Amino acid sequence: MFLINCPFCGEREQSEFKAGGEAHIVRPKQPTELSDDEWAEYLFMRKNIKGVQFERWNHVHGCRKWFNMVRDTSNDQIKAVYKMGEKPPVE
Amino acid sequence: MTNNLRFKTSRFIDETYRISFKFNNKTYFGFKGDTLASALLANGIHLVGRSFKYHRPRGIMTSGSEEPNAIIQLNDNSSRTEPNVRATEVEIYEGLVASSQNCWPSVNFDVGGINNLLSPILPAGFYYKTFMWPASFWEKYEYFIRKSAGLGKSPKVADPDIYEHHYMHCDVLVIGGGISGIMAAKMAAKNGFKTLLVEEKSYLGGSSIYDNSEFSKINNQITSSWLEKEINEISKLENLEIKTRTSVAAYHGYNFLLARENLTDHLPISQRENKVRQRLLKIRAKKVITATGSIERPLIFDNNDRPGIMLSSAIKKYIDLYGVACGENNILFTNNDTAYETAMSLIQRGIKINAIIDNREQIDSKISYEVEKNNIKIYKGYSVVDTYGYRRINKISIMKLSKDGQTVIGDKTKLNCDCLGLSGGWTPAVHLFTQSGGKLKFREEDQVFIPNVYPSDQISIGSCNGDFSLDEIIKNTLSSIKKFLDIDNSEYKTIETISGLNQSKRNIWLLPSDKSIGKTKSFVDYQNDATAKDIKLALREGFRSIEHVKRYTTTGMGTDQGKLGNMHALGIISETAGTKMGEHGTTTFRPPYTPLTFGTIVGRNVGEFFDIFRRTPIHDWHVANNAEFENVGQWKRAWYYPKDNENMHQAVQRESKAARDSAGILDASTLGKIDIQGTDASEFLNRVYTNAWSKLAVGKCRYGLMLNEDGMVYDDGVTTRLGENHYIMTTTTGGAANVLGKLEDYLQTEWPELDVYLSSVTDHYATISVCGPNSKKIVSKVIPDLDLSDEKFPHMSFKNAKINNIKCRVMRISFTGEHSYEINIQANFGKSVWEKCMEAGKDFNITPYGTETMHLLRAEKGFIIVGQDTDATLTPIDLQMDWIVSKKKYDFIGKRSLYRSDTIREDRKQLVGLLTENPEEVLEEGAQIVADIKKSPIEMLGHVTSSYYSPNLKKSIALGVVKGGKNMLGQKLIIPMENKNINVTVADPVFLDKEGERLNAKL
Repeated sequence: MFLINCPFCGEREQSEFKAGGEAHIVRPKQPTELSDDEWAEYLFMRKNIKGVQFERWNHVHGCRKWFNMVRDTSNDQIKAVYKMGEKPPVE
Repeated sequence: MTNNLRFKTSRFIDETYRISFKFNNKTYFGFKGDTLASALLANGIHLVGRSFKYHRPRGIMTSGSEEPNAIIQLNDNSSRTEPNVRATEVEIYEGLVASSQNCWPSVNFDVGGINNLLSPILPAGFYYKTFMWPASFWEKYEYFIRKSAGLGKSPKVADPDIYEHHYMHCDVLVIGGGISGIMAAKMAAKNGFKTLLVEEKSYLGGSSIYDNSEFSKINNQITSSWLEKEINEISKLENLEIKTRTSVAAYHGYNFLLARENLTDHLPISQRENKVRQRLLKIRAKKVITATGSIERPLIFDNNDRPGIMLSSAIKKYIDLYGVACGENNILFTNNDTAYETAMSLIQRGIKINAIIDNREQIDSKISYEVEKNNIKIYKGYSVVDTYGYRRINKISIMKLSKDGQTVIGDKTKLNCDCLGLSGGWTPAVHLFTQSGGKLKFREEDQVFIPNVYPSDQISIGSCNGDFSLDEIIKNTLSSIKKFLDIDNSEYKTIETISGLNQSKRNIWLLPSDKSIGKTKSFVDYQNDATAKDIKLALREGFRSIEHVKRYTTTGMGTDQGKLGNMHALGIISETAGTKMGEHGTTTFRPPYTPLTFGTIVGRNVGEFFDIFRRTPIHDWHVANNAEFENVGQWKRAWYYPKDNENMHQAVQRESKAARDSAGILDASTLGKIDIQGTDASEFLNRVYTNAWSKLAVGKCRYGLMLNEDGMVYDDGVTTRLGENHYIMTTTTGGAANVLGKLEDYLQTEWPELDVYLSSVTDHYATISVCGPNSKKIVSKVIPDLDLSDEKFPHMSFKNAKINNIKCRVMRISFTGEHSYEINIQANFGKSVWEKCMEAGKDFNITPYGTETMHLLRAEKGFIIVGQDTDATLTPIDLQMDWIVSKKKYDFIGKRSLYRSDTIREDRKQLVGLLTENPEEVLEEGAQIVADIKKSPIEMLGHVTSSYYSPNLKKSIALGVVKGGKNMLGQKLIIPMENKNINVTVADPVFLDKEGERLNAKL
């Protein structure tokens, strides 16, 4: 079970959090102008990388804030956490 | 023969404290300090069970948690009965009752033993190969296979014991209280680390605590004496917590570990009342030191499983720690020096050793010379090729090994014995290390896997790290702990060690036989009866991956998870396949290390605490008024209120009729309520609901439908505009938490520019819904100051009011199609207001109704229930709710998905009403709907989602989803049931009062 360093609360147990899938997928500003394929790309397509992945997490049983995490899915090492809207750290 | 098996030498056994226990219905005696295994051995009993597949007689093999054979049923025929308990781990107590498993009628004569004779036709994969066709027969086979298989019996009544969970935090966790663990714990604690030491046994010291040999000494003291002083010292350290009888079950990432602490299993049952039996420790450690030791390997040869065949280290432990001789005429069979330690322990007590069979040609160690001096015959370069004796070993035959160790040569010699000790070297216990994600490396010299790459802040020390000599263990423990904890002071000055052992070993995974492999039974996995022959067969049949061979042969899949034999399985695979050991890796070690009871896993979360449940503020009234309850999410909701022995149907019919004829009252407090505030609140609602919100006037209510981004209906409910920038949203009972989560997600991640704040207020308000033609009269009595005229308080509007000075919100909204009011008042006044309504409604036959009637009433009106009539595959268009989807709004969640190629298909499942040909016939919810029953296979068009008998319409009504249903109005369809076909007609989903006359009637 991970120890997650919530950017708002500090280190907490994983059981307080909920994973929210891939990060940095921006909802299109004008969905009505997208083709079916473009909309499907936004709606359905996710990477699911083995290795370093950018993810959204929610401190659902804590401050309820969403934030981003950089995690290596091959060994579960958490490389960084940062607030929504902040730029991802460069490797 | 049972007279002189106990030796008065051990300080671990209290011979003044005699304990009686029963095994297989016979009473025996042991002493305080005994395990069930040591007490049985002291009584001359080796045969304790039958093997799983062949029902071969099996004896006690080991002295610890790695035991494959001696698994017994504890506390037979009582609520505390427990199967598959390792006799080697059970500390005996007065009144203990245990019995053998997997045998009938008795362990001495077992009918299933026939399987042993049939074994030539029961190879690996027998069941897969034999019972795979015809497939339809499997159900018949399965009954007999399951009956003849299986180990113990599970308890039939509730567990009377108490279990609990406990969180622990420490700087340093030391797993294993052997010599290296004790040294590590002392170093950590003395250097200011908050330290926790856990040990699975009841005592500390591991195997060194009974090492009284002259051949291994520390600082010129006998090892056990030196260690005892160390234990004394650490038991006084303030910074150190020691937990014995505590076995680490799982080692997860980020140094999170689960351990089971055994608190009462060693006590007589009469002393266990009201005590916690086992505790699951959830440990989060900054640093972990693994000192789990190593497990001795058996040797793999023909018939290596008879009772009386044991690990050599176990024989040593039984005599040194428990003072019990396992045999009176012993033979040791070894490929390394540790068996000579066992020999010395036996020699010291004058117990006969007939011979030592040693694989090695050359033996050169002080301890072996000492054994030879005692006139023990050592057969060098020999191997055991067979054993004899059915219920107890009585003879072995040995042959000379060829130079390359691949064959046996020369004449066969037979030797008598009643106990054969095996020593095949040692396997580091790396289970926990690999569970944590650690990577192993293979050490060629002595053929062991040892820790290589650590995934978290941890280290392995002692023999689990591949250090086997006393000298190595002490030296390496000191240096690696110093480095690991980054400390200067090791707490130890110089430590001098003497060891009489040499580390040489002749490793042969599968010992050669004079018979062909097909004629041998060389057990690799004792518990699952997997032999070397089975493994070779699996390879011949094309299995290559170790994981596949494991599953095909069931090697390592017993309750012991192959702690003894897994290495040999790997060795035999690599030898047979001609590959290198390291290349195969190992099979995966999964938690728990030793089996956990269900009690430990669930802790206190049993009975009413299995899952939390939520009660409304009016709950007690429902209970007092005979309500039956329904679980909705975690809520207990009043389901119906039976009167005078009514059944559910009768109660619901009465309640439904009363609500439409006069007045009904419903506790709607469970509906989710979200308080929404902020200058952008209207814009926010525009984006999350399908309909428009900007023009909703203050004081008005509106029904909203919420979609997922994929266009499917997600939730619904009425939202009220309380003020310019203030709304209260209601959600479905089950969806409340998820809706709030979803809204927060969009607010925080997609639209952070919006000035909106969300707050869950579900628990803050009690919600009472009063409906029916007399609802207005009743509410006016409860809130006389409120003007209920249609002009001032029309349908879909809201008013602030007061009941006895307590502020409340009243909405005129309806989920039943009747004129109705919803009173929201702070939760603690909920019950009294409810009672007020009941009092006011007395003259109008006000009838409390539950969720079932609510469902019926709304179905009459064709109102959907999200989650019952929808299942995340239906759009609002599919629900024939086009009216609620705004065409004007530029965007809302899910809008773009409503015209994807898939969502605009005409033949999607769509919500329709269904009327049965026979109006008395009520459909089953979930039943399939078809058009043509002659075509094969029958095409399923959809299913029934809601179905009731309507007392108001005096006929059966149903809702369902049907492919292309929108255009099928009036069409005849069929509901095929088990014993009949029911004819139905597609109808409008609104069955009652489509014009809304009841809602707007002048009252």
